[in-house]
Amino acid sequence: MIRFESVSKSYPDGTIAVGDLSLEVPDGQTTVFVGPSGCGKTTSLRMINRMIEPTGGRITVDDRDTASMDAATLRRSMGYVIQHAGLFPHRTIKANITTVPLLLGWDRRRAERRALELMEQVGLPEHLAGRYPAQLSGGQQQRVGVARALAADPPIMLMDEPFSAVDPIVREQLQDAFLMLQADLGKTIVFVTHDIDEAIKLGDQVAVLRVRGELAQLASPADLLAEPTDEFVADFVGKDRGYRTLGFRSASYPIATEPTVPVGATADLARVTAAGRWVLVIDDERRPLGWVDPDKVDQAVSIGSLHRGGTVASVTGTLREALDAALSSPTGRGVIVDESGALLGTVRAHEVVDAIAADAQRAP
Amino acid sequence: MDWFTAHVDEVWKLFVEHLYLSAVPLVIGLAIALPLGWLAKRYRIIGPPLIMGTGLLYTLPSLAVFILLPGILHTQILDPVNVIVAMTIYTIALLVRTVADGLRAVPEDVLLSATAMGYRPFSRLVKVELPLAVPVISAGLRVAAVSNVSIVSVAAIIGVQQLGSLFTDGFNRAFFAPIITGIVACVVLSLVLDLLIMGVTHVLTPWSRTRRPG
Repeated sequence: MIRFESVSKSYPDGTIAVGDLSLEVPDGQTTVFVGPSGCGKTTSLRMINRMIEPTGGRITVDDRDTASMDAATLRRSMGYVIQHAGLFPHRTIKANITTVPLLLGWDRRRAERRALELMEQVGLPEHLAGRYPAQLSGGQQQRVGVARALAADPPIMLMDEPFSAVDPIVREQLQDAFLMLQADLGKTIVFVTHDIDEAIKLGDQVAVLRVRGELAQLASPADLLAEPTDEFVADFVGKDRGYRTLGFRSASYPIATEPTVPVGATADLARVTAAGRWVLVIDDERRPLGWVDPDKVDQAVSIGSLHRGGTVASVTGTLREALDAALSSPTGRGVIVDESGALLGTVRAHEVVDAIAADAQRAP
Repeated sequence: MDWFTAHVDEVWKLFVEHLYLSAVPLVIGLAIALPLGWLAKRYRIIGPPLIMGTGLLYTLPSLAVFILLPGILHTQILDPVNVIVAMTIYTIALLVRTVADGLRAVPEDVLLSATAMGYRPFSRLVKVELPLAVPVISAGLRVAAVSNVSIVSVAAIIGVQQLGSLFTDGFNRAFFAPIITGIVACVVLSLVLDLLIMGVTHVLTPWSRTRRPG
């Protein structure tokens, strides 16, 4: 556990970066520091591994005051990932990843084995091991940055806006990879971002900071959305927080049977099966493929004639998924699948909304 | 050409001497410029005066330095040490700024992550900053090499034997053959040093030749 006890950082010219910050970062979870620029989130992060020395208060890691430890040793026990990855341009990918293990005195063979293992874990093909950072895309470089931080298997990871310099599609891939890795590894992570959506997606708990590192609210993402403590947090969290809260709620709703046709069915079969204008097409394993309009089918239902606008919700998923499935479907009927991806049936938007209302009544 | 073929051995001796007098100061000068350049980059207060001060050394007239040094060093006027010391001074004059620039060219996020990985300051300098400064330092070193070859020849006026001696010889006898031989030999020597530095740089910086495909 990392504990901030009345930590402050001021500079000789009188600037106060962090006024008086106290909070706890629990083991095995992701704590996100989020806030507008100049809120001291990066300063707070860097005080953990003493890249910046606090001018007041103290920071403890597992009840040890970090100020009493050797700074370099402390840093080697924490993985660190920054915005542009900060890879060493003069070292190959493999050599970048083995940096900390070699600093810790690992045997070279073991370090290199570990590097290859990590490359696989973060989704980098092995043939990149001998390349230099300049030969990789931004997203790949960031994966190397994560692998390098994980190399010596540190219990703590510090991540400073690691995904903000890549394009939105790559960012989402990296975030998903992050969540999968963290589910496996259970590191104690402090993650800094200015992006509230990223904070809500990745955090187990989110610390919203305002200027001078003042802690505006520390809460789980769901609580943050449902109950912002004040106007600052409410504004920062954003306007559609009611809808986004659904991303953390699940409840049961009625699922209606939906008539289906397989790929390759004739237009006539599709027409008689359809309840209304559209009919749902499934594959051999009953997985929904998309909706089809029988009038637009020439001979047989083909993959090419499918309407692909609708999203699919898992029955074990959130109310947000279910509502989105209904809203995005051309029929107004949202497609619901089981855990294996096989079709269960459909649900209408008003049924999901009713379930939301019923769930809210039950909530304390 | 006849003159050259008749004096090959002599020219070769002068060539080697000239190489020695220009290359050795290059190495010593680099060794001294590295810590000075680091100091200039590291400390904001002494940086500018240090770079300006060492840079001014380059404006010292070489002939005057060659004449004055024996008195300062208590050496014989013909002692090659005088030339070595003088050329080292000129090398330092050119390289302190280059080293400081090279170290400054290392990206901030690379420094940051090196520190965060747990590098102590000295090993960060040796293992991260200096390797990344090699291309810039090497460019400065090439300038210093050519400059040394040219300035060393002036030492012929005080009698130190090297390719410059061919110029004084030719001048005294109003005879062009040795002068032209000397010029060609100086150019060849500069090329040799330049290629040598480029070769070493090439080996030290495989990473700088990589470009992202596509």
